[in-house]
Amino acid sequence: MDLSAINPVLLIASLMVAATPLLLAAIGELVVEKSGVLNLGVEGMMIVGAIAGFAVAVESGSPLLGFVAAAIAGAALSVLFAILTQFAQANQVASGLSLTLFGLGLSALMGQSYVGVKPPRMGDIDIPVLSDLPVIGPILFGHDIILYFGIALTAAVWWVLKYSRIGLVLRAVGENHDAAHALGYKVIRIRLAAIMFGGACAGLGGAYISLIRVPQWTEGMTAGIGWIALALVVFASWKPWRALLGAYLFGGVTVVQLNLQAAGVAIPVEYLAMSPYLITILVLVILSADKSSAPASLGRNFHASR
Amino acid sequence: MIRLEKRPQPSRTWPVATPLAAVLATMFFGGLLFAALGKPPVEAIRTIFWEPLFGEFAFYYRPQLLVKGAPLVLIAIGLSLGFRAGIWNIGAEGQYIMGAIFGAGAGLAFYPLEAFYIFPIMVIAGAFGGWVWAMIPAILKTRFGTNEILVSLMLVYVAEQFLASVSLGLLKNPEGFGFPGSRNLQSWDSAHNAELIAGSGMHWGVVAALIAVIFAYVLLNRHMTGYHIRLTGEAPRAARFAGVNPARLVLFCLGTSGALAGLAGMFEVSGPSGQISIDFNVGYGFTAIIVAFLGRLHPVGILLAGGLMALTYIGGDIAQSNLQLPAAAIQVFQGMLLFFLLAFDLLTNFRIAIGKPEVA
Repeated sequence: MDLSAINPVLLIASLMVAATPLLLAAIGELVVEKSGVLNLGVEGMMIVGAIAGFAVAVESGSPLLGFVAAAIAGAALSVLFAILTQFAQANQVASGLSLTLFGLGLSALMGQSYVGVKPPRMGDIDIPVLSDLPVIGPILFGHDIILYFGIALTAAVWWVLKYSRIGLVLRAVGENHDAAHALGYKVIRIRLAAIMFGGACAGLGGAYISLIRVPQWTEGMTAGIGWIALALVVFASWKPWRALLGAYLFGGVTVVQLNLQAAGVAIPVEYLAMSPYLITILVLVILSADKSSAPASLGRNFHASR
Repeated sequence: MIRLEKRPQPSRTWPVATPLAAVLATMFFGGLLFAALGKPPVEAIRTIFWEPLFGEFAFYYRPQLLVKGAPLVLIAIGLSLGFRAGIWNIGAEGQYIMGAIFGAGAGLAFYPLEAFYIFPIMVIAGAFGGWVWAMIPAILKTRFGTNEILVSLMLVYVAEQFLASVSLGLLKNPEGFGFPGSRNLQSWDSAHNAELIAGSGMHWGVVAALIAVIFAYVLLNRHMTGYHIRLTGEAPRAARFAGVNPARLVLFCLGTSGALAGLAGMFEVSGPSGQISIDFNVGYGFTAIIVAFLGRLHPVGILLAGGLMALTYIGGDIAQSNLQLPAAAIQVFQGMLLFFLLAFDLLTNFRIAIGKPEVA
């Protein structure tokens, strides 16, 4: 065992990379849940985003185009969920599950010819002088653009939810859909938009895994990150900045356990690999006492002609 | 303009017709999918649904129907109890794995002894393994109000890692030339879950599945706990007034489904699969969710749905070898089935009306 091989600067830098897919998916789901909809299909949308982004990036040679495709694919899949829950009045838990099961199958099908293929590399932003700074350079200025986009998105979602009219309407729909409907807001349309936004974010998160974090395609490669993102929304008490904090915390756990594996710590690899999931459970237990901040209409279906 | 009108009374026909409509829609859109993959759609559908039952080699495939269907029914019966009460155990896959590990572990502790009591001990250990694993989300939910969906799911990934760990360590076959995986239980009579009637596919897991169906039917229709389950699902507030203890219900529903999933895993590892290995689990725990819904959360429905789902697995295998249809296509097919089912469910409570709404 050689812990001195772990470089704290690189650790923090890779922690940010590990946290980004989680953050993207969680921010999307946060908006969805703020509108009063519980979409358990995050894992499915992520994995479809992962393969769609991967395939487009490989075929076109442009990772950026891959991310665009991943967002579109995630949003397209989320429309299925929206049709089931918003128009067909289906149970949201069951619909979300079906989305995940369907997405896992679909991605495996789409990805068959991409196993073992290397995706085009996404260049890191290289700002002269700044990225050459010791310690701060690699941590703050040496990443790809999507990572910064994730942070910017968090800020944007925070601002929109807190200060803008759209955010106010969205929250109203999530807190009390009947009152929002009575005020003349189109509950279904607003929720549809929120669900699609969530799908696009999950798709981006998935593509981040297949294009940047792991740079390859393997079946089921999201391995529960979508579900952790769902737990993260609870952890964040539906607040964007806390989602960022939580994502970095979980990213940290993942990266630290990987580093410990590489360093050959006496704990068996399998037990280290379990740790992110166990810590998620632990965090859920600690935070589950406080449910006061959950949107009041979360998980309830809305039908206008009642 | 197409609108939805709420029915004054929920339809009586649609709950029964929905699964059939969903299967037909899945066949149609599945056919389109197969066509898109460059496979002959009609032949593919025929291969999946007809070949295993009435084709040339049906004598071989029909017993497989029981082998594949039994674990699905066993798990789905357990899940359906919770789903009815709004208790969502999504981690059956993990409970299935733990049941297999506990069952096989308990048996292997006696190796190479031959004794009549080894198999019953394994059955109990398997059920216990699944039960323990389900008790984690159950206790966390009743004690701390933790969401059981997320916890039971996280435990699937933990169980998968645990499975990898025991097949490389604790339960590794000492005579296995270093390969991961346990001893093969099929070659050890006392622990082998063999066919009860040769060539029928009937093993103890099938018997257990049938018992579970009867047990669930009686429970739901003739027993107070079953009444409480149904009441909690349909009217949670009324259930509280009627004196239902929600914590006990959570423990019961999760515990039962965990034990049944554990049993399924144990019967699988001691029978068809034979050994604990890293990729021993094949997603039955997740497919059983589809089976539970497709069976309308009703014991008899689940029995039929389990048969149908087993058919898609076997037919899928045949289509894979005959038509080079990718294995993942069947997974998509199964996911689609759940989609259509949930979508058509709309027709139970709503009527589709065409035209302008009447002014009241």
